[in-house]
Amino acid sequence: MINAIWLALMAGGIIYAAINNKIDVVTQAAISGAESAVLLSFKLIGVMCLWLGIMKIAEKAGVIRLVARALGPLIRLLFPSVPPGHPAMGSIIMTVSANMMGLGNAATPLGIKAMQELQKLNKNADSASEAMCTLLALCTTGFTLVPATIIALRSAAGSINPSEIVGATILVSLTATCVALAADWVCRTLLYPRQRR
Amino acid sequence: MFADITEELSQLAIPAILLFIPLIGYFRKVKVYETFVEGAGEGFHTAIRIMPFLIAMLVAINIFRASGAMDFCIGVARPVLEAFGIPPDLAPLAIMRPISGTGSLGLTTEILNSFGPDSLIGKMASTILGSTDTTLYIITVYFGAVGVFKPRYSLFVGLLGDFTGFIGSIIVCRMLFG
Repeated sequence: MINAIWLALMAGGIIYAAINNKIDVVTQAAISGAESAVLLSFKLIGVMCLWLGIMKIAEKAGVIRLVARALGPLIRLLFPSVPPGHPAMGSIIMTVSANMMGLGNAATPLGIKAMQELQKLNKNADSASEAMCTLLALCTTGFTLVPATIIALRSAAGSINPSEIVGATILVSLTATCVALAADWVCRTLLYPRQRR
Repeated sequence: MFADITEELSQLAIPAILLFIPLIGYFRKVKVYETFVEGAGEGFHTAIRIMPFLIAMLVAINIFRASGAMDFCIGVARPVLEAFGIPPDLAPLAIMRPISGTGSLGLTTEILNSFGPDSLIGKMASTILGSTDTTLYIITVYFGAVGVFKPRYSLFVGLLGDFTGFIGSIIVCRMLFG
């Protein structure tokens, strides 16, 4: 999919320029695009390092576990099909907590671990179980307390107040998470109910 | 009041994290300085690792924009989008967001550079990027890892979440910054 989009942008742009007799802008745009990507990556380094440094401390201090303990009861409510003591529950809670802390790199392996545990409970191995769909709803809406990359991006673009959008981001992503969870609940219980165990 | 709370949150979130995480770490006997440096090293590698992806995306987006093809596409959709109160320039971001993280990073950079990061549309694009995620990528990675081929309704739910994030960002930014 991403291959098709990339090709469409490249080929579409070049052909459109050719039709409109502007073929000379293509070279210029390509070169300046490549250069600005490098510049941007370098500008992102500072904030990325700062953030991942702080998050490394959080990881070693067991902050994810603290968050997980606080979120545990709420998350258990969302996964009625997972037995409370099952290892899958622990992995799910850790995944959601890591996502919340904005630990993108740490969250992915945790999420895969949770999926593997859920697969053991899945009766129909090639199709997603209810719990898997709920976990995905939580992860794809990506509720994050501090969107570090966006702050870095804004600061690189010369914003006078790069973190101004944090409040809006929290509010909107919380709403999106609630909507996704509601839709997940509707799909699970009303539209596609599976026979109970 | 609502605007005050979100403004406070924006101002306090980062100082609070910068204060409390090292404090908690210290009391839990983490070597805070050395650990910070270790994590910061990873940050360096992450920023360098995304560079090739960013180059590929920004070259393609730049060509598409400079040729006028982007404006043409936005222009075609403009009447419909404006009827619903959606700024047409955000439409490419809405399409790219669930598909590619770097692609949407590239498009947001474009928007921030051409409209300014502190413009309303720049803030909207930032909020969209921060409150949605790469749904298709996550589904591919998570389900692929365990060999699940039928995502059932989860694709719909994830995309609905992204759509809510998109529309929600426009509404909330208008209320807070408009």
